[in-house]
Amino acid sequence: MTSKRKWLSAPYTLWSVVFIIIPLCMIFYYGLTDKTGAFTLENIAAIATAEHAKALRLSILLSLISTLICFLLAYPLAMILANMKVSQHSFIILIFILPMWMNFLLRTLAWQTLLEKSGVINNILTFLHLPNINIINTPYAIILGMVYNFLPFMVLPLYNALSKIDENVINAARDLGADSIHTFFRITLPLSVPGIISGISMVFVPALTTFVISSLLGGSKILLIGNVIDQEFTQASNWHLGSGLSIVLMIFIILNMIASAVFDKEGEGSML
Amino acid sequence: MRNALKKFYIALIFLFLYAPIATLMVLSFNASKTRAKWGGFTFKWYAQLARNDDILRALGNTLLIALFSSVIATVIGTIACIAMNHMKKRTRTIMMGVTNIPMLNADIVTGISLMLLFISFGFRFGFGTILLSHITFNIPYVILSVMPRMKQLKPSIYEAALDLGASPVTAFFKVVFPDLMPGILSGFLMAFTMSLDDFIITHFTKGAGVDTLSTKIYTEVRKGIKPEMYALSTIIFAAVLVLLLLVNAAPEKKDKNRHPV
Repeated sequence: MTSKRKWLSAPYTLWSVVFIIIPLCMIFYYGLTDKTGAFTLENIAAIATAEHAKALRLSILLSLISTLICFLLAYPLAMILANMKVSQHSFIILIFILPMWMNFLLRTLAWQTLLEKSGVINNILTFLHLPNINIINTPYAIILGMVYNFLPFMVLPLYNALSKIDENVINAARDLGADSIHTFFRITLPLSVPGIISGISMVFVPALTTFVISSLLGGSKILLIGNVIDQEFTQASNWHLGSGLSIVLMIFIILNMIASAVFDKEGEGSML
Repeated sequence: MRNALKKFYIALIFLFLYAPIATLMVLSFNASKTRAKWGGFTFKWYAQLARNDDILRALGNTLLIALFSSVIATVIGTIACIAMNHMKKRTRTIMMGVTNIPMLNADIVTGISLMLLFISFGFRFGFGTILLSHITFNIPYVILSVMPRMKQLKPSIYEAALDLGASPVTAFFKVVFPDLMPGILSGFLMAFTMSLDDFIITHFTKGAGVDTLSTKIYTEVRKGIKPEMYALSTIIFAAVLVLLLLVNAAPEKKDKNRHPV
């Protein structure tokens, strides 16, 4: 029986070795060699050149800002949703998954229509006699695109973590004389840490590495590190340099993975 | 007052999430070809969509890849969950760690890594390479939604079935499988959705000549998106809205009857 069960794990083990482990090794191989196949650190050191460093700095800045905004928007929302006692847990998830059925690129492009100089939002603002906003093709539009696209990835883990908190714990804190601010900072917030960590990594990584949002909403002048890597692969065909820069990105991703492994052992803050 | 404030906040967030979708739906009825101007109401893009072979071919690819990749990922993922449930804790931790890689890794890195793999091993880029890539990033969604169900199962029920004379296979399909079903179903739906919405990984693994809707839209961005595309996404969205509400309501009820907790 046991031997039969071991055999059951074979397809997935094989699959993950061939399509997850080996491809990652390929990135390291290409990143650490030059065109002749000799070992070099040049592709990784290339991150320090002015153009690449600028792109990386901007990516980190924009993704940190959007992660923070996502968190500040999502936490109150997740608390409200978790307290609503909706019997249909899956319904709430559905509402946030549903937009994904409208193509991601089209949804992001729709913001162009909304944000343009004579776009929908400015028309409404003019109608209300408010000053117009002019953020299309600026870093602000990129931040907006990031928040828009990744907000569900922040809401769902937070909602999952918050709805698992036993209400009796909160009631106990209140009975023992804690006011709502105290209860929040001493009970609710610490208990939702797995959700916070998972939400942050679900938003920060895609925001840091995106090249689509910046090319759709940022005009063609603003380059993020994702755009640089994409160009190395699809236009310059310099896979070694592209891989080297990806290795730099992976340092951030690995830090993220470690953080989620340490803080979220039980998978409590998972998205599903 | 507090409640009104909460409702207002939820409404604002939903406005934010659904405003672009509403915009696209409105654009699909816009008679003017540029999206900047409203030129009156029309159904002509829907009519032209039926004759646009390019878009329909991309739609076909998208749906086939989403369907095949999510079905295959569901089978592989579910079998993996059964196997992992009986593993030593350490082996299981490693397996779950590997499962988390495509979830936590950046899409651009996953896409590039698969592209390098396909190049190095001489795969012919096209439908096949897209499918393999989509299966790869879909399996984790299945595992992560089936695994929690698996942990809730009581082994005694399966053992009871064996004691009563069922073969392991019969016992599995009669006793274990029905309990896993909601997890399998939501994993499948999640995988299908992710495959349908993916652009980045497809972008790196598709090769010339084959397009999904996402990659087609990306190449159209500079020339201007054809309004037929808005019509198509409106149809897809409306169809899915109806379908998902139906699917989502059904297993939830059944599940409650089984476990009146």
